[in-house]
Amino acid sequence: MPIRETFWNIPHWAEIVHYIAAFITVAIFLYGVGRRVMQWRKGRPEKRPGNFWARVWAVILQVFGQRRTLDERFPGIMHFSIFWGMLVLAVGTAIATVDWDVTHLFFGFQILTGTFYILFELALDILGLLVVVGLGMAIYRRYIIHPARLQNFPIKTLARDDTYALVMLSFITLSGYLTEGLRIAVTQPEWAVWSPVGNAIATALRTLGDPTNQTLHLIIWSLHIVTAFGVLASLPFTKLFHILSVPVNIYFHSMEPAGKLPPANMENGAGVKEWKQFTWKQLLDFESCTRCGRCQDVCPAYASAQILSPRNMMVKLDAHLWEKANGRTLHGDVVSADELWACTTCRACVQVCPAFIDHVISFVDMRRHLVDQGKMDKMLQDALANLGRYGNSFGQSDRMRAKWTQGLQPPVKDARREAVEYLWFVGDYASYSATLTDVTRKTAEVFEKTGLNFGILFDGERNAGNDVRRVGEEGLFEMLADKNSQALAKSKFETIVTTDPHTYNTLKNEYSWNGNRPNILHYAELLDQMIASGQIKFSKKLGYKVTYHDPCYLGRYNGIYDAPRRVIEATGCELIEMPRHGDRAFCCGAGGGRIWMDEKDIKDRPSESRIREAVALDGVQAFVVSCPKDLTMYRDAVKTTGNEKDIVVKDLIELVYEAL
Amino acid sequence: MSQDIFVVIEHLRGQIADVSYVMLAGARQLAQNTSGKVMAVLLGHNAQGLANSLAADGVLYIDHPALAEFTFDAYQLALADLIKAQSPRAVIFGHSSVGMDVASTLSAKLGAPVVSSCQSFTADGKFVSQICGGKIMAEGDLPGPIALVTMVPGGYKAEQGQSSQASEMTNMAAPAMDGIRVTLKQYIEPDTSDVDIVKEAVLVSVGRGIQNKDNIELANELASALGCAVSASRPVVDQGWMPTTRLVGKSGKRVKPKIYLALGISGAPEHVEGMGDSQVIIAVNTDPNAPIYNIAKYGTTVDMFELLPVLTDKIKQAK
Amino acid sequence: MKIAVPVKFVPDLVEELTIDSGGAALDTSWLRLIINEFDDHAVEQAILLKERGGGQVIVTMAESEGADDFLFASAAKGADQLIKLTGDFSSSNNHALARVYADLLKELQPDLILTGVQAHNDLDGSVGPLLAEYLGMPYVGYVAGLTATGDKVTVRKEYAGGLIAEIDVKLPAVLGIQAAEQPPRYVAYSKIRQVMGTAKIEERAVADLDLSGGVTVSRMFQPEVAERATMIEGDVDEVAGKIVGIFKELGTL
Repeated sequence: MPIRETFWNIPHWAEIVHYIAAFITVAIFLYGVGRRVMQWRKGRPEKRPGNFWARVWAVILQVFGQRRTLDERFPGIMHFSIFWGMLVLAVGTAIATVDWDVTHLFFGFQILTGTFYILFELALDILGLLVVVGLGMAIYRRYIIHPARLQNFPIKTLARDDTYALVMLSFITLSGYLTEGLRIAVTQPEWAVWSPVGNAIATALRTLGDPTNQTLHLIIWSLHIVTAFGVLASLPFTKLFHILSVPVNIYFHSMEPAGKLPPANMENGAGVKEWKQFTWKQLLDFESCTRCGRCQDVCPAYASAQILSPRNMMVKLDAHLWEKANGRTLHGDVVSADELWACTTCRACVQVCPAFIDHVISFVDMRRHLVDQGKMDKMLQDALANLGRYGNSFGQSDRMRAKWTQGLQPPVKDARREAVEYLWFVGDYASYSATLTDVTRKTAEVFEKTGLNFGILFDGERNAGNDVRRVGEEGLFEMLADKNSQALAKSKFETIVTTDPHTYNTLKNEYSWNGNRPNILHYAELLDQMIASGQIKFSKKLGYKVTYHDPCYLGRYNGIYDAPRRVIEATGCELIEMPRHGDRAFCCGAGGGRIWMDEKDIKDRPSESRIREAVALDGVQAFVVSCPKDLTMYRDAVKTTGNEKDIVVKDLIELVYEAL
Repeated sequence: MSQDIFVVIEHLRGQIADVSYVMLAGARQLAQNTSGKVMAVLLGHNAQGLANSLAADGVLYIDHPALAEFTFDAYQLALADLIKAQSPRAVIFGHSSVGMDVASTLSAKLGAPVVSSCQSFTADGKFVSQICGGKIMAEGDLPGPIALVTMVPGGYKAEQGQSSQASEMTNMAAPAMDGIRVTLKQYIEPDTSDVDIVKEAVLVSVGRGIQNKDNIELANELASALGCAVSASRPVVDQGWMPTTRLVGKSGKRVKPKIYLALGISGAPEHVEGMGDSQVIIAVNTDPNAPIYNIAKYGTTVDMFELLPVLTDKIKQAK
Repeated sequence: MKIAVPVKFVPDLVEELTIDSGGAALDTSWLRLIINEFDDHAVEQAILLKERGGGQVIVTMAESEGADDFLFASAAKGADQLIKLTGDFSSSNNHALARVYADLLKELQPDLILTGVQAHNDLDGSVGPLLAEYLGMPYVGYVAGLTATGDKVTVRKEYAGGLIAEIDVKLPAVLGIQAAEQPPRYVAYSKIRQVMGTAKIEERAVADLDLSGGVTVSRMFQPEVAERATMIEGDVDEVAGKIVGIFKELGTL
């Protein structure tokens, strides 16, 4: 009758020691976890309310389904194997504990008997192999392939932490199999065949003979116990803590729209000056980082100048939480202003992180402090001063905002004076940039030709404030939002349509609208709707081979990927995707206020890298964008990379204009 | 009480500043209207030789060790004394770091009105001043009985104020130099390790329109192809994108190349002061209303970033 | 050290300037006012001196649209005292302004007075040297950097061509600031709003202005251009070609 002989060959004293060790281990473990939790609680309070079932589902999908982790094949499968293998082994150990210390001890029977036991043995043996495979892949990847993103940590000793995890887990797994093999070698039960791995090992070890096997068994069992307990006790003090912190972090992830920045902390000056001014959730973010480096791989700031690495930021910030008070300041010693200003807020890091860390929110909070202290380069200062005074970053009079409309027939309607159906919020770049005027006028002409009843705010419009917020100037954002809201309140319209995804994002997600938000569309959405309803009919098929660049604030921030693609298709163009497309699109580098900042030590501009990516596609003639800043950045990049003959940058509206 | 026009000659370390000649030319025009003489006022120490190139009807020279280089108190005391004694119709100063320090103070001290930023005088003796960044001209009657004027260059050419004939020099007594509160310690030389843009025959100059430091590379390449140097206007130097040795303008260098290629430069008066005498100015600026077009011989509104690489190529081919 | 910074607002050149119907003055209906750039630098320099060596900074200006905002912003940067002069300044000039400042400063007795070296709308001299004379103090203009040592300051005075003169000035004195040692700092809106709750602007009424020493303008106009540039037509390629032609013509190629 198959039954689990727990503690076979283990002397009674060893059993006692084992239980004492277990209690000590659990005590240390709980202390370690408690210590961590107490540290998070030192952060500012923050509510993460409701959505219970959505949160639970997220945990199920991401932790058990390993969804985001599997986005990359090799590391994904590697981690999936280790996770599921260890999970099964852990569950198995739990069952074995219940079997011996509950059912056997108190009720006199065992559950690990008969068929159940056989299946138990089989499952654990086979699935345990998953761990071996996974660990093998991990060791191979870390030490043989040696990928760049696993190197050059800001704190060198962390490499020991990584090695510790791999070594300990490998030892536990291998010693586990060895223990099983040695036991089977001696006891030779009939059901040994149901433990195929153990059985194979037993066959190999049988040659050593019995007393050796038994001695070896005791030794290796002891070592297995010591390492297992060691890993468990040390878990809250090593990178393995992510096993606990990451599911919690996923549970508490923000369910607000991605494009909605939390308000600024205004105690003791705006933003975060010391780590305790982060919220507990931000501290948990830092604690959940496993240093996988995927964020670094997708970061445009890192790719261009290596001043900022989101991974390094998380590592440094986490280490800073635990530093003894030695006078090191967050700003200056741990994090530099240059690093903070390098972020374009493109959100690629947040999108790709398997631990659901939001790096951007923490960067913006620290920027808020820099702004509060006036620590920024002159170009940015001038841009903010101009935004404050003239409502645009160009330093041109607010009265000149609608100068681009001069000469258009029929004249563009003033939405403040007459009711319109669509209020077109034009945006700074489309209004003031001399190089973009032709595209803005084309947009007006397209709206006119397709019978859209639209108007603009003329000089009542101000910069919507999206990037002002991302730079960290909350006060200025509020002032701009106020002015815009006043102008909008005076106007009569049904829907707002925007040229710029940044405008779209903040109007839709961050303006209060006194709770009564109108319908807000990006012009790609509007065009898509109008094509679908038949209001736009094209007279010709353009037949260009194009590629499309997803703007960060339209794609990643607001999930609009398909509408522009449908528009492109409708104009009769063939769309060829770049490798980094959709939610993996590579930012042009202008966001987060970077277009207002001095470029320092840029080795490879993100916009140039992107153009090269597009030119590498076979036969692509046009690079289609749907954001005026993209248009500016990429037109420039085509020139500076010398690709004027190979590719031309076109705004989506230009395709529509041509095809009408 | 005379109808003479005094011109306070500016000199530093033995060099007459260009504005002095411009002032003399302006004074000549004014004197025709008042029927007075143009008297150059030279303050210095053993500096008689500086008077040789001045186109004036006479030179009033005051010598004193305290006047060796320009300082506030010494010049003030000497000039106040002179003006009170001579009562000229007008005293012209440069609208500069020298003239402006003393002109207004003397106005307050003597109760004489002072006219700022005067660019020229009309035939009927009115002043024409340039204010508001060169956007506005203000014209009016020369105030009296004594008018103090600070002059900016641009209305007259320096040559009009120069003469090869030395005029009669009268030595005037210096007043007691008591109560000196301002003393010159030393001069700090500008950096001479860099290229001297004053000596270049062609200059490729960048202004605010260059937008960022990296784009200056495009200008560098053009300058390389042409075999000349790159200069800049104040906003570019203030941002730290180019060293001060390359600054053209009121606080920088005065250049007179054969060709001055102004890229993204608006043409503010402070800059024009430094390059207005260039033989041919070619302006590249997308704003057709930019003041630079008022002094440029040729202009184009094409995008400078598109133009530069193409132009560099063509220059290389032409060589 | 007690530092006083008298400042003034000037027409904002970003806006279009037009002449009024009288033909001798600017049309004020479209005019917007902005701080005189050099006065902005003067405030910054004063704050820097206070940060370096302690002391007190007093900022004062005539009442005008936007004056309160500017004074509060100065307080947010570190100014200790804010004084707004009230009265009818519609027909003011620099002489009148300097006299009014002189009356105030005779009372306040500062050790050092910093003000912008000039303003772009100056027609009757600059405020700095006028003020110095009314107070009987020495004046040095075009100052870009200074250090205070006891009863004097050592200033760096800018001349053309990049030449700098290091000059000692006995205090009390008036300095005309060309540029502060760092560009005027940015003040976050939230800080200004915060300061509006705590800082106070003192108001001082001024009697009638004494405009003597000023200048009468009989005509104001926008410069007529005798000869505008010949615009080179064509696309980039054609323009580049023509420019090469110009270079060749002048013998520089």
